[in-house]
Amino acid sequence: MAANIHCSIINRKRNFLSHCVINMAASVRTFVRSLSRKNACFTAVLRRSECRGFTGAAEDRSTHFGFETVSEAEKASKVYKVFENVAQKYDVMNDAMSLGIHRLWKDALLHVMHPQPGARLLDVAGGTGDIAFRFLDYIRSQQEKQQRRAMSLGQTPSWRDISDGYPAGGGAPESAVVVCDINKEMLKVGRQRADSRGVTTGLSWVVGDAEELPFNDDQFDLYSIAFGIRNVTRIDQALKEALRVLKPGGRFLCLEFSKVTNPVLERLYDAYSFQVIPVLGEVIAGDWKSYQYLVESIRKFPDQEEFKGLMEDAGFFCVQYFNLTGGVVALHSGFKL
Amino acid sequence: MWLRYCPRFMIIRRQHIELSTSAQFVQQLNTSRRDRSHSYYDGVYHGHIQTTPFQKALLAVGSGVAALQDPYRHDMVAVLGETTGHLALVSLRDRMRNDPEGLTILTERPRIRLSTLDLKNMASLPDGSFGREYLRFLEDNSVTPDSRTQVRFVDDEELAYVMLRYREVHDLMHTLLGMPTNMLGEVVVKWFEAAQTGLPMCALGAVLGPLRLNARRLQSLFTSLGPWALRNGRRGRCVLSIFYERRWDQNLEDLRQELHIEPPPATLHPSRKT
Repeated sequence: MAANIHCSIINRKRNFLSHCVINMAASVRTFVRSLSRKNACFTAVLRRSECRGFTGAAEDRSTHFGFETVSEAEKASKVYKVFENVAQKYDVMNDAMSLGIHRLWKDALLHVMHPQPGARLLDVAGGTGDIAFRFLDYIRSQQEKQQRRAMSLGQTPSWRDISDGYPAGGGAPESAVVVCDINKEMLKVGRQRADSRGVTTGLSWVVGDAEELPFNDDQFDLYSIAFGIRNVTRIDQALKEALRVLKPGGRFLCLEFSKVTNPVLERLYDAYSFQVIPVLGEVIAGDWKSYQYLVESIRKFPDQEEFKGLMEDAGFFCVQYFNLTGGVVALHSGFKL
Repeated sequence: MWLRYCPRFMIIRRQHIELSTSAQFVQQLNTSRRDRSHSYYDGVYHGHIQTTPFQKALLAVGSGVAALQDPYRHDMVAVLGETTGHLALVSLRDRMRNDPEGLTILTERPRIRLSTLDLKNMASLPDGSFGREYLRFLEDNSVTPDSRTQVRFVDDEELAYVMLRYREVHDLMHTLLGMPTNMLGEVVVKWFEAAQTGLPMCALGAVLGPLRLNARRLQSLFTSLGPWALRNGRRGRCVLSIFYERRWDQNLEDLRQELHIEPPPATLHPSRKT
């Protein structure tokens, strides 16, 4: 265990050094850029960000936007624009890019989550509602299973049991899912899907930033974020917020693209990602750049062990991960205790 | 690292910019993409997207299918033209270079858009002049010269301009040939352009366009309009080599004679829809 701690300290030092180098390189680049930029308004933006370097911390720090380096303040708005553009075709593109396998990944998330009736889920970055709908279906099937079990025991329900079954305030806690997303377009698409499925209760849609959730402490039994955390500017901040809004004993679940373990599969996956996915984006959604951003942001995201380390740093316990499809997707789980 | 094992046609040839001191700490990225710190101008010209031959092939197939399924997806037609038209663009560019007026266009790079056209001046030109007829065409068919898709997948900057010029001159073709923007008019113009430019996208449009016409229009296409378009396309001067912006006050008939284009055999009206 000492070796593990030692390794994690070395890793953290290495990350810190590389972060410093990237910062230095980025500030030099910013300066050179501002000298040679032809487009005047772009120059003006850069100059403003340089002048505010001492006062505005977000503009000073840089982060990645795909393979590009941008300031943290810029990243949020660029990501917002990406998802605004792709919202309408988001589900079609998911099916096309992953050949339908994303449905299996999301089903796996629900199976690991294993929610019971009465659970409250916060689905962050859940825009179009895939996880939320699956959650509600799962809860309903669990309820049906419980009822069948009760029937099979051959006991006639007492009046108390029957009256508990009536939908009324102050009865057993109803399971509910809150879908939170920073992007209004994605939520709009999600609401349209809910309407077309005829889902009316147990679902609410909230606009919110994963780094600053609009909820009180200790509210939710379950927190899930599926394919959203790599778009967040500060992952550690998002994890801290997740810890805050979970009840003690609550579970954090994260589904995200991660590092492929098998080298042969990795080469195939890289070739597919960079050659085919932007082309699919152009042909189906008419947007090459957003899908280029998507595949690049996957490469910049920390791998399974690093993300596990980040979760432990944020304060989660019993952190574990499961690799799906050979590491293409990793499901991380942690508890607030 | 994976570049060693990757087939040649899937590698993007790019410069490597290596950070000198701490290369071992900065993670080597999986592709040889340059660190895109300037996103505004990534590529050879504004809006250019670098693609490998494999991606171009995939784009050509995908955009072809998408354009066939939904002919109103003009961006897919544009992508199909860009990915399949390399040889035709090279021959067009050479033809332009050999023509003195074409060479002027290649050096000066004029653009046809609402901001560069002086509409009031053009409206005051006499009837029968090229500028006045072009304005009439824009008004009758409710089109604007600003609706052309930007060129993205052509890797040479001059060829990209030739492609752009071809797109912007398309409306002027309608005026020169006297064709409206309904389906029959568009097919006739496509036949003319296919004969003139040799772009595979035009040829595909010329072959598949007639499938959507009714019998009467098909007959008129095959008997009079079609052969007229092909004949004039083959023997006419290269239409991209004409500096239209300096010829607004020229009489339309004179311009047609100069380009060796016969007047249209039948007048089609824009109010007719397919």
